[in-house]
Amino acid sequence: MLVGLLILLGFQLAGELFVVSLSLPVPGPVMGMLFMAVFLLVAKRGVSEYLRQVADTLLSNLALLFVPAGVGLMVHLDLMVREWFVFGVTLVFSTAITMGVTGWVLVRLMRRFERGRGE
Amino acid sequence: MTPFWVYFAARPLLWIVLTLVVFIFARWLHKRLGGLSVFHPVLISILVLVALLSLTGTDYDTYFEGAQFIHFLLGPATVALAVPLCDYFDRLRQIWLPVLVASLCGVITAIISASGIAWLLGAGDKTILTLAPKSVTSPIAIGIVEKIGGYPSMAAGLVLMTGILGCVLAPFVFRLFRIEDDVARGFALGMSAHGIGTAYAFGISAAAGAFGGLAMGIAGLLTSFLLPLLVSLFGF
Repeated sequence: MLVGLLILLGFQLAGELFVVSLSLPVPGPVMGMLFMAVFLLVAKRGVSEYLRQVADTLLSNLALLFVPAGVGLMVHLDLMVREWFVFGVTLVFSTAITMGVTGWVLVRLMRRFERGRGE
Repeated sequence: MTPFWVYFAARPLLWIVLTLVVFIFARWLHKRLGGLSVFHPVLISILVLVALLSLTGTDYDTYFEGAQFIHFLLGPATVALAVPLCDYFDRLRQIWLPVLVASLCGVITAIISASGIAWLLGAGDKTILTLAPKSVTSPIAIGIVEKIGGYPSMAAGLVLMTGILGCVLAPFVFRLFRIEDDVARGFALGMSAHGIGTAYAFGISAAAGAFGGLAMGIAGLLTSFLLPLLVSLFGF
């Protein structure tokens, strides 16, 4: 458990340092995720049990981790109320269209791509 | 009564405990109501906690003093997304080209639809620029908005609302666009609703979650390169 957490924090730190030193616009944890994925794939030793345990615990409760930041919406409450129509319509339609287009394209291409390979 | 309350409210522990209690209650309620997407646990938790804070006259900074310990775990959790990604790496290798094309389509659709709809509704330039990266995970979105000249402080809020809306809308979108494959569902959720969508995808299946995390990462990387480029092309 402790070793797993240490591995995650270690890769996060590596990601943060990399991003800061090159002043990239990408957040440190996302870079840390890339580093760890590359490491796990190159090392080819599979995911160790303690790492998997911590990762599963964090990821199965991922939704909880967004709550503290979400409560921060209250700071912008009056602005949201004032502009609710523009924000509401834009967010609802743009999010739905983006989700639909992405999924639709992926489903169609996966079918074609895999059929093309099978032949 | 008053001094007793003030003593506890100033303590971070109270707000950690309350955040956990409220979230566990919201998750129970969500399950109890048959997983209806309008009662998404994150949405209910936020509403209940904002109501609690307003009723007790607590400001957000005081709340966050405690809640930051939960917030902190977002970092390691993001790194942990590499684990499911490696589990499904063989699947990813089979479909890398469709994934790449779908990513480009998704990112461009997100930017154009958000800024286009806001523009049609008569929003100002700064508001449009703030809305453009709304499907990207909040630390990246804030960085982009700072760079292209929107309102960074508002970007975080809009990104969160996008994530929650994504979860609420997902069942309808999947039906409308006939997206039945778990991998495609997860990928679409991560692309349009970043981490909150990815959390929702993990509820569908491990494969959906893995591709949600991947989509979130790709969306962030592509948008941070493409959006500043588009803005300078169209010259805001």
